[in-house]
Amino acid sequence: MSDLFAYTLRLGDDALISAQRTGEWIAAAPQLEEDVALGNIALDQLGQARSLLQYAGSLDGRTEDELAYFRDEREFLNVQLCELPNGDFGFAMARLLYFATYQHLLYDELRSCADETLAGVAGKAVKEVAYHVDHATQWVLRLGDGTEESHRRMQAGLDTLWPYTAELFESDALVQRLEVAVDPATLHDSWSDRVLAVIDESTCERPSSSYQHSGGRSGRHTEHMGYLLAELQHVARSHPGATW
Amino acid sequence: MDFQATIDADGRIEPRDAMPDGYRKTLIRQIAQHAHSEIIGMQPEGNWIGRAPSLRRKAILMAKVQDEAGHGLYLYAAAETLGVDRADLLDLLHSGKQKYSSIFNYPTLTWADIGAIGWLVDGAAIVNQVPLCRCSYGPYARAMVRVCKEESFHQRQGFEILHTLSQGTEAQKAMAQDALNRWWWPSLMMFGPPDAASTHSEQSMAWGIKRHSNDELRQRFVDMTVPQADVLGLRVPDDGLVYEDGHYRFTEPDYTELYDVVKGNGPCNQQRLSHRVKAHEDGAWVREAAAAYAAKKEARAA
Repeated sequence: MSDLFAYTLRLGDDALISAQRTGEWIAAAPQLEEDVALGNIALDQLGQARSLLQYAGSLDGRTEDELAYFRDEREFLNVQLCELPNGDFGFAMARLLYFATYQHLLYDELRSCADETLAGVAGKAVKEVAYHVDHATQWVLRLGDGTEESHRRMQAGLDTLWPYTAELFESDALVQRLEVAVDPATLHDSWSDRVLAVIDESTCERPSSSYQHSGGRSGRHTEHMGYLLAELQHVARSHPGATW
Repeated sequence: MDFQATIDADGRIEPRDAMPDGYRKTLIRQIAQHAHSEIIGMQPEGNWIGRAPSLRRKAILMAKVQDEAGHGLYLYAAAETLGVDRADLLDLLHSGKQKYSSIFNYPTLTWADIGAIGWLVDGAAIVNQVPLCRCSYGPYARAMVRVCKEESFHQRQGFEILHTLSQGTEAQKAMAQDALNRWWWPSLMMFGPPDAASTHSEQSMAWGIKRHSNDELRQRFVDMTVPQADVLGLRVPDDGLVYEDGHYRFTEPDYTELYDVVKGNGPCNQQRLSHRVKAHEDGAWVREAAAAYAAKKEARAA
C-alpha cells in the first residue's frame, strides 16, 4: 500500500462513513428544513468521499465501489468519531462541529499541496465544509443557549464525543513521510480555538476528559462499524460482479 | 374581476383575491395532502439510502429524497398562502385527519423498488401533476411547475435503474420484474377511484383545480408506460393488456384494495405514520430551543 494511497483512503473513509451516518437523518430530522440541510451535508460528504476514493482507486487499480463495498472492517481507515451511531440532534451537531471544523482546517491546507488532484478536491470541499461548520455552529449556539433541556442535551453531545476528537490530530510516520500530506497535529491548536469559542458562546461547559480513543487510522474500530458496513455493503456483496 | 369571471377566463386566483370558502377549503385539503405525500414519500425511498449498491446510486437517491423534502416545503408554503399554518397541517397529518397518497403505504423490499418508484410512481405523479401547473390557484400552479421539472428528472433516473437491472444478471432481471409486478397495480390506483365513484371531481373541475378526470389520466399513464416496459424488456403483469385504436386497453385494478389502504389498512400505513410522528416528537425539543434562542436574541437586541 503506497503512502499516497493510504493517506487518500483515510480522508475518503472519513467522508464516506460520515455520509452514511448523516444520511440516516434524512426523513427523520426535527423539521423539514433540517431534512434538506442534512441531506445537503450528506451529499457533500459523499461527493468528497467519491472524489477521494476514485483517486485512491486510481493509484491502486480499484474503483470507488470496490473500495467502498468490498473492503472489510479492518481495512477501513476512518476515525472512530465518524462511525459512532447517531444519537439525538444535539449529538449530531456536536459531531458535525468537531468534524467539519477539522475538515475545514485540513482542506484549507491541502488545497495548496503539490498533488494536483488532492489540491483540487480540497479546493472544492473547503467551501462545502465552511457551510457545514456554519450550520453546526448555529445549532450549537441555539441548543446550548435555548431551553434547559436543549442545553443539557447539547452538553451531553459535546461531552460524549470529546474523547473521540484527539484521533483527528494523530500524527504518524506516514503523514511525516508523505510530502503532500497535511500533518493533522499542526491543525490541533486552531481547531481547539475555534471549537472552544463556539462552546463558550453556547453557554455550555468546555468538555474535559482524560481518556481519548484511538485506532481508526490503523483499522481498529468500534463495535458499531461492522453493522454500519453490513448495511452499506450487503446488496453489492450479494451480487458480486453486477453493475448497478 | 370577480372570482367566477377569473375562472371562466382561465385566469389565476391569487392569495389576496376573494374566493368562495369551498374553493379555499378544497385547495387547502389538496395542497396539504400533496405536501404530506411528499414528506411521507421520503420514507420508502429513504429506506434504501443506507443500502444503495453503488456510491453513484447512493448520491442520486440522497438528492432525490432531499428534493422531496424541498417539494414538501414549497407545497406547505403554497398552502400557507390560504391562511393556514404548516404546524397545524402537520398536526392533521399526525392525527390521521388528513391523508397522503396511498402509494407510500407499500413497502420497498428490494433495490429494484427504487427504480420502480421512480419510473412508475413518479411517472404517475407527473401525469397527475402536469395539468396542475395550469391550476386556477396561482401559488399552487407555480409550485407545481418546479415540482414537475424535478419529478421528470426522477422518473428518468428510476427508468435508468431498471434499465441497468434488466441488462444485468438473471437475479437483477428477476428483481426488476418482481418490482414491476408489485408496483403496477398500486400505481394505477394513484389516479384515484374510477370517474363514476369519484366524489370531489366535478366541483374541482368547475373551479379549474382539476383539468382531467381520473380515468383519462390513468389511460394517459398506461399509454405512456407500456411502451417503456417493452424497452426495459419487462412484462406488465396484466393479461388483458391489448393495443386498440391508439390506446392500451388494460384491466382495472381492484379498487377495494385502494379503499382499504385509504382507510388505514395497507402494509405500511401504521409504520409510515408512526415514523413521522416519532421524528416530529423527537424533534420537539429542538424546535422549542430554536424558538427560545430566537426570543432571547430579540430581547437582547431590544
